[in-house]
Amino acid sequence: MATPDNKLAFDGGWEYAPAPESTDHVTIRKRYGLFINGEFVAPEKGRYFDTLNPATEEKLSRVAEASAADVDKAVKAARDAYRNVWSRMKPAERGKYIYRIARIIQERAREFAAIESLDGGKPIRESRDVDIPLAAAHFFYYAGWADKLEYAFPGRKPRPLGVAGQIIPWNFPMLMAAWKLAPALACGNTVVLKPAETTPLTALKLAEVIRDAGLPPGVVNIVTGAGPTGAALVEHPGVDKIAFTGSTNVGKIIQRALAGTSKKYTLELGGKAANIVFADAAIDQAVEGIVNGIFFNQGHVCCAGSRLFVQESVADEVISKLKDRMETLIVGDPMDKNTDIGAINSKMQLEKIESYLKIGQQEGGEMYQSACRVPKQGYWCRPTLFTGVSQSNRVVQEEIFGPVLAIQTFRRFDEAITKANNTPYGLSGGVWTDKGSKIFKMTQSLRAGVVWANTFNKFDPASPFGGYKESGVGREGGLHGLDAYLDLGAHR
Amino acid sequence: MTRIPVAKTYKIYIGGKFPRTESGRYFPLEDGKGNVIANMCRGSRKDFRNAVVAARNAQPGWAKASAYLRGQILYRIAEMLEGRRDQFIGELRLQGATQRAAEKEVDLAIDRLIYFAGWADKYQQVFSAVNPVSSAHFNFSVLEPTGVVSILAPDDTSLLGLVSNVAPAIAGGNTCIVLASESKPLCAVSFAEVLHASDVPGGVVNILTGFRSELVEQFASHMDVNAIVYCDGGKKVATSVQQLAAENVKRVVKRTRVDWTRDDAQDPYLIRDTQEVKTTWHPIGT
Repeated sequence: MATPDNKLAFDGGWEYAPAPESTDHVTIRKRYGLFINGEFVAPEKGRYFDTLNPATEEKLSRVAEASAADVDKAVKAARDAYRNVWSRMKPAERGKYIYRIARIIQERAREFAAIESLDGGKPIRESRDVDIPLAAAHFFYYAGWADKLEYAFPGRKPRPLGVAGQIIPWNFPMLMAAWKLAPALACGNTVVLKPAETTPLTALKLAEVIRDAGLPPGVVNIVTGAGPTGAALVEHPGVDKIAFTGSTNVGKIIQRALAGTSKKYTLELGGKAANIVFADAAIDQAVEGIVNGIFFNQGHVCCAGSRLFVQESVADEVISKLKDRMETLIVGDPMDKNTDIGAINSKMQLEKIESYLKIGQQEGGEMYQSACRVPKQGYWCRPTLFTGVSQSNRVVQEEIFGPVLAIQTFRRFDEAITKANNTPYGLSGGVWTDKGSKIFKMTQSLRAGVVWANTFNKFDPASPFGGYKESGVGREGGLHGLDAYLDLGAHR
Repeated sequence: MTRIPVAKTYKIYIGGKFPRTESGRYFPLEDGKGNVIANMCRGSRKDFRNAVVAARNAQPGWAKASAYLRGQILYRIAEMLEGRRDQFIGELRLQGATQRAAEKEVDLAIDRLIYFAGWADKYQQVFSAVNPVSSAHFNFSVLEPTGVVSILAPDDTSLLGLVSNVAPAIAGGNTCIVLASESKPLCAVSFAEVLHASDVPGGVVNILTGFRSELVEQFASHMDVNAIVYCDGGKKVATSVQQLAAENVKRVVKRTRVDWTRDDAQDPYLIRDTQEVKTTWHPIGT
């Protein structure tokens, strides 16, 4: 246990020198149109919006706002491409196009990483080592499925659905685009993709990659815009499938909007994951896992381990070590390779997080924040934890989507399970213990789609991801992720 | 003097018990000539809520039962149904079926139970996966039951449609609340008696009779139901079910215009429809 005698002095005189990632190899155009039918075109109504660097609040580019008429154009292009080209192509050839995309992303990986961090505020270390490599891997993985689909579904003859409308969030812009596009294309669908309005740039760069890879025009169309653009896509009668990643509230609106239509849908929604630490866990590893669970990507992660449950006998030790570890986290310039926690994605999101910090305290929770300095310009939130909270507190029940951890304790196994499952969500969970049998009892008892044992926030293209209960419908990734983009012709 | 036969009171089935509807209401079931066959319970929304509580309480235990045991219990249901074959044929005939059609329906229902009994310990192997992730983790995906499933059974069959939808749901470890065919409800109640004699724990299957139009909203909107399977109904029903289901992001399984007598009306994908995929990451190290 940490005592004043052996405690490391993290607030000593040593500071890291800045280690900024260079951006001289990065090109961002002043203005982007919509990517429809293989080329960038101006939006019908001529409206554009700014996309900002959340770390500096400076404008990076102006991006077209797609109206319903633009969405219509994109859907028509996708339909034509589906009918005339993509559905007629030999699956193996389709696969080769997707392999090409994977390869070009790998070649241009650093440029993508830099733009991801500039546009979204995430630390370059994460965009460089996680987001972009995983995006490339995702295309590579699904490319190979294109001509093997009948092996994935025994007794079935899978067929593509047609045109897929896809709406992705701002927390992993490029990775989410890959999660959506790769399986859809491999299964033989064409796509209209709408990136989030605060982080459209990597998707638009991806449009360049898709063009360079020689994909037939209209197979992938990218329309930028906010809520109304997404709504136009959801409601468009020419779309056969909607794939959405975002908040549970919007997911419910989409599920309602699709009622009575024959559109298929998959929803990857919110979460409030329990990260459960037993007394017999390797405590230092668990502390690292807690940090990774909630502070990775500023906590802008639907599967973030935002509820910590610690067995009572080790609670003091875990919390004390956690606070020490929090003090070492560097919050600041996302482009600095030493940065652990970057900028909050937008002003709106920062205001939401700050409102929860107030709510948590008003409800009687005790708030602790690390003492780090944060830049004056830009949107920042120090790593934060709440103790003294209970199941009914809003900071325990509601998804904050920021670097805010709510800590509770438990005594018995059953109590941990009951508390962990006491949420409308069911996306992910974590368990820390050295006992194998306990791990499996725990992972079986957690009502969640992804469970990490003695690890957290791991992702892989081969690994299915998605939620139970109000965390969504369907899976993305792995063999199971194919189902979302195929008609299996069964009893529907 | 001829003996007076004893007529059966048709009740509903909740939590392993046969109560009358709490509402005290009934609807008369008539044969083609307008003679009353039975006074059926006109199940209420409160009956449904009670059934959800029973189904929720029974769910964890049923999901934990071994696949082998679930398979044996499904097999036992088939055995019990076989033993009562004549009773079901009689009820089907009362509800307008020909002798041949009635025999076929009962035989198919028995065989369908055997079919899903066999799947209980096999679908997991067909639909699970070990995933080759790039990091040093053992990563695997298995199916787990969605939880509590509400089922609107098809109207045009009294027994086979009900069995074809209940069997895959419970083979996969779910518990369910079923609304019987409104026009042909007799076999559903007798099937509850079969279940009751087959070691199916109380609450695993709950069966209501009544009016679909009165109960469909509850079936679709209840916040403690994880999935709804609805058979038939027009576009209006489909729209309403899906809209209400969104309240808690229910899984919606639509099975319309299925000819349940066909061989291809049974497959393990019906089990998969009410399953969740759970993926577990476990580090590999020393």
